[in-house]
Amino acid sequence: MLHDFLYGPWSWYVTGPAIGLVYFALYFVGKRFGVSGTMKAGCTMLGAGKKIDYFDFEWKKEIWNMMFAVGLVLGGVLGGIVFPNTMPMELAEPTIQVLEGYGLTSYNDGIVATEIFSWESLFTLKGFIFIVVGGFFVGFGSRYADGCTSGHAITGLANLELPSLVAVIGFFIGGLFVTHVLMDYIMNL
Amino acid sequence: MKNLRLVIIGIAFGFILTKGEVISWYRIFEMFRVESFHMYGIIGSAVAVSLIFNQWMKRSKMKDIDGKPIDIPTFYSGFTRYLIGGILFGLGWALTGACPGPLYTLVGTGALVFIVVIASALIGSLVYGAIRTKLPH
Repeated sequence: MLHDFLYGPWSWYVTGPAIGLVYFALYFVGKRFGVSGTMKAGCTMLGAGKKIDYFDFEWKKEIWNMMFAVGLVLGGVLGGIVFPNTMPMELAEPTIQVLEGYGLTSYNDGIVATEIFSWESLFTLKGFIFIVVGGFFVGFGSRYADGCTSGHAITGLANLELPSLVAVIGFFIGGLFVTHVLMDYIMNL
Repeated sequence: MKNLRLVIIGIAFGFILTKGEVISWYRIFEMFRVESFHMYGIIGSAVAVSLIFNQWMKRSKMKDIDGKPIDIPTFYSGFTRYLIGGILFGLGWALTGACPGPLYTLVGTGALVFIVVIASALIGSLVYGAIRTKLPH
């Protein structure tokens, strides 16, 4: 029992409600659940507020956000290194067939798609698109939409806010387009 | 001390994301291929449980740990920015296989190349801040 808890993997019906507890815990310490605000505060910390008014705020008031991000990193150490997940992942059979067509097999060994996300890959066109272009859109899009999965798909939806539903629909339009239209091209680069 | 609370909640969240395989590009790929219930179950049940907490906090007029009333105002208003921004975010989510929370957690698991993804996301945020007055909202 304890072993399964520590080494996982957890089923969806354990993981999802646990995220709901995080949502509650943050309100209980006086904060609103949302991660991408750290990106804004990060720019401010690095001095962007001097040139761009959007970043001109007292980031020290948002320091909690950074502490939460530090915790997220440490949670990865705990869950990924101290108690690494049991492998392989149990992905859906049709997905596995597509992955094999792309030459991706690292799901057998770990949680990271190491064929794409590695230092060697970074210096290829394909890797650059996944790592650098992808990262850019995560940052740009979450600022433009004023929230990411946590702020909109969890916090906004749980508060029945229509703009969050619009944002989540947007997330899926973008994601479905990449996966169903662009992925074949990118993988063959 | 107040910051320590947030580190601890962050650790819990990072651990949850790792055990549920939410931080895996493979799971996000599978979700957007709509071939598994895993991620939909996670997001759906997370929203359902959060909704219950939301209603409970509002109806009981609960106070937080410091004795302040928990205030849950309507946070967002508008339409255009959520649709366009959301679509652009979705492109990034499907490419990197990670939203901002998992990006930090992935670094902790030892996948250090995700530092580059975070750096690029910071640049994306910076560019948004620089050109936002020219964008439709």
